[in-house]
This record gives sequence, structure tokens and C-alpha cells, in this order.
Amino acid sequence: MVDVTPADAVPPAEVGEVELYHPHSWWTKYVFSQDAKVIAVQYSATATAIGLVALVLSWLMRLQLGFPGTFDFITPEAYYQFITMHGMIMVIYLLTALFLGGFGNYLIPLMVGARDMVFPYVNMLSYWVYLLAVLVLVSSFFAPGGPTGAGWTLYPPQAIMTGTPGGQDWGIILMLSSLILFIIGFTMGGLNYVVTVLQGRTRGMTLMRLPLTVWGIFTATVMALLAFPALFVACVMMLLDRALGTSFFMPAIVEMGQQLQHNGGSPILFQHLFWFFGHPEVYIVALPAFGIVSDLISTHARKNIFGYRMMVWAIIAIGALSFVVWAHHMYVSGMHPYFGFFFATTTLIIAVPTAIKVYNWVLTLWRGDIHLTIPMLFALAFIVTFVNGGLTGLFLGNVVVDVPLSDTMFVVAHFHMVMGVAPILVIFGAIYHWYPKVTGRMLDETLGKFHFWVTFLGAYLIFFPMHYLGLMGIPRRYAELTDMTIMTESAHHLNSFISIMAFIVGFAQMVFLFNLIWSIRHGREAGGNPWRATTLEWQTPQTPPAHGNFGKELPIVYRWAYDYSVPGAKEDFIPQNVPGDFAPSKEPS
Amino acid sequence: MAETTMTHTSQMEPRPAGWRGIAADWASDQRAFKNVSWGKAMMWIFLLSDTFIFGCFLLSYMTARISTRVPWPNPSEVFALRIGGSEIPLILIAIMTFVLISSSGTMAMAVNFGYRRDRRKTAILMLLTAALGATFVGMQAFEWTKLITEGVRPWGNPWGAAQFGSCFFMITGFHGTHVTIGVIFLIIVARKVWRGDFDIGRSGFFTSRRGRYENVEIMGLYWHFVDLVWVFIFAFFYLW
Repeated sequence: MVDVTPADAVPPAEVGEVELYHPHSWWTKYVFSQDAKVIAVQYSATATAIGLVALVLSWLMRLQLGFPGTFDFITPEAYYQFITMHGMIMVIYLLTALFLGGFGNYLIPLMVGARDMVFPYVNMLSYWVYLLAVLVLVSSFFAPGGPTGAGWTLYPPQAIMTGTPGGQDWGIILMLSSLILFIIGFTMGGLNYVVTVLQGRTRGMTLMRLPLTVWGIFTATVMALLAFPALFVACVMMLLDRALGTSFFMPAIVEMGQQLQHNGGSPILFQHLFWFFGHPEVYIVALPAFGIVSDLISTHARKNIFGYRMMVWAIIAIGALSFVVWAHHMYVSGMHPYFGFFFATTTLIIAVPTAIKVYNWVLTLWRGDIHLTIPMLFALAFIVTFVNGGLTGLFLGNVVVDVPLSDTMFVVAHFHMVMGVAPILVIFGAIYHWYPKVTGRMLDETLGKFHFWVTFLGAYLIFFPMHYLGLMGIPRRYAELTDMTIMTESAHHLNSFISIMAFIVGFAQMVFLFNLIWSIRHGREAGGNPWRATTLEWQTPQTPPAHGNFGKELPIVYRWAYDYSVPGAKEDFIPQNVPGDFAPSKEPS
Repeated sequence: MAETTMTHTSQMEPRPAGWRGIAADWASDQRAFKNVSWGKAMMWIFLLSDTFIFGCFLLSYMTARISTRVPWPNPSEVFALRIGGSEIPLILIAIMTFVLISSSGTMAMAVNFGYRRDRRKTAILMLLTAALGATFVGMQAFEWTKLITEGVRPWGNPWGAAQFGSCFFMITGFHGTHVTIGVIFLIIVARKVWRGDFDIGRSGFFTSRRGRYENVEIMGLYWHFVDLVWVFIFAFFYLW
């Protein structure tokens, strides 16, 4: 390899060892722990728990759509509440929290060779504020009037008006408060992740030797720190509109024959603020998935990642571009045609770095020694699903194609494929991959295969028909469609079919949860490095890693993260902390 | 915390020129920013994020002001004080701005004396900064009271666009909260300096990390940022 540090040229440590807070009691060890690994598990468990609530909500929605009129308790109001909470929980409280709070906390310190995050105490606070945000969110289910039913985008004016569930009750107030808390909590964690990657790496770990997982999580965190402020501001302003009667977003409006007190506000301003956050949010979820899937593919195909440098720059380019595309969510809100042109152009440009990444994943697989392990299956499924979802994105990114498709089931199918199913597949793959490091035991393979096939095929059976429904013109966010002429018999059958599939796929997730719990005690012993991987988290002296991660001495990094199947080497992988040059293999990019 | 500042600056390999050099510097071993400790890096990145928050607030205010069809109240009349029989425009804001900018001066001096390990002077200057900050918040409370008695409310005011009051209370309130938090932390850090925590390396109560005199500078970064934000609020809200 070109990128190998000779053993005698290791630079001296720039930063001395820092003291860690060592727990004195059960409480400080497992509950108020400052260890990033414990915080990661706490984040993951909380995110999974609230994600299960969102899963149940999606079942309830599908019950109504598939079998309209059968279930009396699903009123139109309740249906809107299910939609809203399902979307908000999945995007923010599950995906964002799990990727950044869960995987970020666990993997960043281990992968960069640090003892912990740079400020463990602030990191701990981050989790507790996140938990508080989740509790406030959950409390809205029990508040008078129930949770908000404004749709996950919370568009004003309807979000705070009487006709919307929770609009004049507690729902919207609790939702906005919870988001504000989430952003505060996330900022505390996010600052830690960024500073740890920038300033807390071990000797020899240059940025261009970081595993792509860290690159993905790092870039997503930087984006989140710059995008969440817009949501924060939007939430504060809407909270003032609702609680104090200001008119930031509320125009002069008549409600049920009554002229409201509001006057002169701009609903479009909210949309701009929301989507300035909302579009980067898509990539805040996608970039960690990109990074993780790169590492899964490289490890399980026993081959170095193709075009590492290009992969890094593609991640950065996607992150930067995603800040200048937000108004493509607002084509139907009305805008100057030149703006539409601008935002359509920037949107389509994102396809370039994204396509580079897809090509590089495929080229990594090309003539690799592919092991069809469960993480690899999920990684392959991700590539296919992401390409599928991305292609429909090209439709929706163009103004003229988007306008007729806007607010149809086509949009639902698109974003579920690209930012729902695809990142979730990576999360599953990543859990199967890193579970042995977290617990010391493997997840059960038979249950895993069952989980994979049902989830992968089931997701397609759920979301593919939705494209068709969307092209027929079936709108989304309608509680009942039975009386509409476009809702043909076949479309109705399709809806019932989708609902049944949704239940089957949901059931497979229960099997997965059982696997997670059962394998903690009964799984096969994994050993320290079951996948024979190169990155530092597999080289820890203990499994699961102890507090401080690496024992007495921090590892020294001599090479990049992708030395698989190096000709001349004894084994088909060379860990990053192994010195020595081997017969030169091909250039990395 | 152990020393996180740079200890070895030699051994720098020659770097490539141009963009490649910039990329190589950023990507260099162990730390992207040499000579920058963890705490300082964290504060800078936090301030960048906070800049986006204030930026969004100000942009929203400008949008509201541009798009309203009702006239915007004239700031020089609204924010005038009657002193000795004549209306003096913006006089209170001028004094407030002067006080806040002065506090940046005392903060900078505190940082200087901190690095000279002059415990007494550092603590006194920090407390003076906190006092100036508290004065600013006090004058802001006076200004709010005056406007409220004149009938300005978040949802309306006697002179024109309702968004005037909403934006005013929201933005100055959010900034005032920042100043208040700053004053509280100034007092906490000043107490640590006064007690000599940074000389003997006493562990923090919550974090159990040892503090250093650099904490004074990190506190200063925050304080200067809050001042800088005020300059923008002053320009865009009061002078426009």
C-alpha cells in the first residue's frame, strides 16, 4: 500500500491521556453512565422503543386504508394523529437518534482510537435530554385532545387551528416542545461527535484513514448542527403563534365563520425554515447509512473499498449540496419559475455524487470474495432499494413531473423506499454486524435469515404497489377513499394487500427483537473479531470493550481501514494497528 | 483535563501546495486544528451552530418586515426616551450597546490576566464583565417594561404591523437569555478562578475534569459572540 506508515515514523502523541470518570456504583455504571458505549445502548434502546410505537401506528393506518369503515375507533382525526406521529417518530426520534446517538456514540470513539467522547459528561446529558424529549412526545398521546394531527411537516396555518387534532389542544404544544428539547439534546451530543472526530483521534489516524462509517456519521452530524437551528427557530415561532397569539406564520384567516386574531403572517416562511432543516435531514439519515454500508460491503466481500477518496468527497459533496435543494419540497406551494429551475437543477446534481457511491459499492463487490452473511445480505438489499428510491427521486425532483405527482401515494412510496426502508436495512445490517462487539455473542443466523427475507421482500410488496396507486392519482393523507371514482376495485384490493404485507413485515420485526434479547444469553460466543475485520473496534483487548476501550495503551494506526486480501499478507485482512509493509497491492483509487 | 494543547510542532512534513495542501492540513494526524484544545474546538463549533439559529431568527424577522402590508413602526420614535423635555432617539439602546461592547473589553482583559495566572485580576475583571452584562439585561428589562406600558404586545401594538412586537420580544428575549446564561457562567468561572481551582487542578464537581485557565478564554469566546450578535440585532432591528 502507498498509504502505510513505517513503524519507526509514528508521530508522538499530541494530546496526553485524559482522565475518565470511573463509575463508583451501579447507578453511575449503568444508568448515569458517562461511557459512550453505555450511552449508545441507552440511545438505541430508547429509539427502538419509541420506534415500536411508530410501527404500531403504521399498522393502525394500514388497517384503516386497507379495510376502510371496518374499525370504528380509527376516526379521521385519529388517522391524522397516527400519520403525524408515525412520520415524526420514525424520522427524528428513531432514525436520527439511532444513527447518530446510537451508532455514533458506539463507533466513533472505538473507530478513531479514542478512550471516549471528548466530553463524556455533556454526552451523558445529551441522552437524558433526548429521553425527556421522547417522554414529552409520548405524553401527548395522553393529553386532552391527543397528539397533533398536522402531518409530520406541521404546516401552519392548519397545524394550530381548531379543525386539526391537537391544534387548539395540547398536541401541537407538546410536539413543538419535544422537538426543541430534542434539538438541545442532540446539539450536546453532536458537538461531542464532531470534536472527537476532528481532535480526538489516535496516533496515525489521519482523516483519510478513517473508516467510511465515521465519515458518514461525522458529516451527518455537522449537517445536523447546521440544519436543526432552522427547525428550532420554526418551532419557537410556531409555539409563540399558538401560545401567545403572534402572527409569524398565521395570515388573516377565517375559521368556521370567525375571523381569527392573527394577521399578516407568512405560512410559506415556515415551509422554508422547515425544509431548510427537512432536506438536509434526509441526508442526515442517509449519510451514516452510506458510510456503514461501505464498511459492511468491504468487510464481507473481503476487498478494499473501491475509490475510497472519491467516496469521502462524495459524502462531503452530498452534504454540502443538500443545503441548497430544500425548495424542491415546495414546488406546489408556488414560487418564481426561475427558483423552480434552480432547485430542480441542484436536486438533480446530487445524483452525481450519489451515483459515484453506488458505482463504487458495486465495483467493490466486483470479483470480491463475497460472503453472504446477514450483514452482507442487508447491505446488498440496501443498494438495490436505494437505487430504486433514488430513481423515483429523479421524477419528483423535476418541477413538471412533480406537480401532478405531488401529494399522491407515489411520494409516499418514494420517500419510504429511499429514506425509510433503505436506511432501516442498513441499521439491521449494522446491528447484525456489530452486535457481537456489543454483547460478545452472535445473533442467531436462522432467525436472521428469516428476518432478512421477510423484511426485504415484504418492503417491496408494500411499497411497489404504492407507486402504481400514486400514478393512478390516489392522494396521500386521506383517511378514507372509498367514495372516490379513481379508487377502483383493483386499487382497493391493492390497498388491502399492502396492509396485510405491512402486518407480516411488522411481525418479522418481532422475531428480530426476540433474536436481540435471546442472543444476549444464548447466542454463539463471538470472540473479539468474528468478521475478521480491519477497523480498530475489532482490535480491543476485551469484548465487549471495557471502559476506556483499549486497555493500557491506545492503538497506533499504520494503514487505512481497507487492507483486505492484500497479496503477500498472511491473512486476508490486516488490521489498522498492524505495522509493516506488504507487497504493494493496487492503488486505492 | 490533561493538556490538550499542542506539544510537538516540529516534525511537520512539507505539505503540498494549493487545495491539496488545505485538504492535507485538515486531514492531518490526530488533530485537524493544531494548537486547539477540545474545549475550544467545541465552543467554536457550538457558536457556528448558534449563528445559524440567530441567522434564522433575523432572516425570519426580515421576511416578516418586508412582506407585511401594514406600515412598520418607526424605531427611532418607538425607542426614544424623553430626557429633560426632549425626545432623544435610540438613547437607551446606545447606552446598552456601549455597556455590552465595554464588557467585551473587560472580558478580553480577563483572558489576558488569566494566561498570566493573575488570579485576583482575572476574577475581578470577570465579575466586572458579569456586572456589565447584568446591567445590560437590566436595561433591557426596563426597555421591555416601557414598551409594554405603551401598549406593545407580542400580538399587536398601537403603531403598525403586529410582527413588530412579536419579532422584538422574540429576538431580544432570545439574545437576553444568552446574556443571562453568560452572566451565570461568568460568575461560576470567576469563582473557580478566585478559589484557585485552575492553579491546583481541582476536579470539576459534575465533570470530574480538571479545569485550566483556558476555560476563561473559552468563556470569553462565548461572551464575544453574544456581543457580536447584538451588533447585528442593533443594526437590523433598531437602525433599519
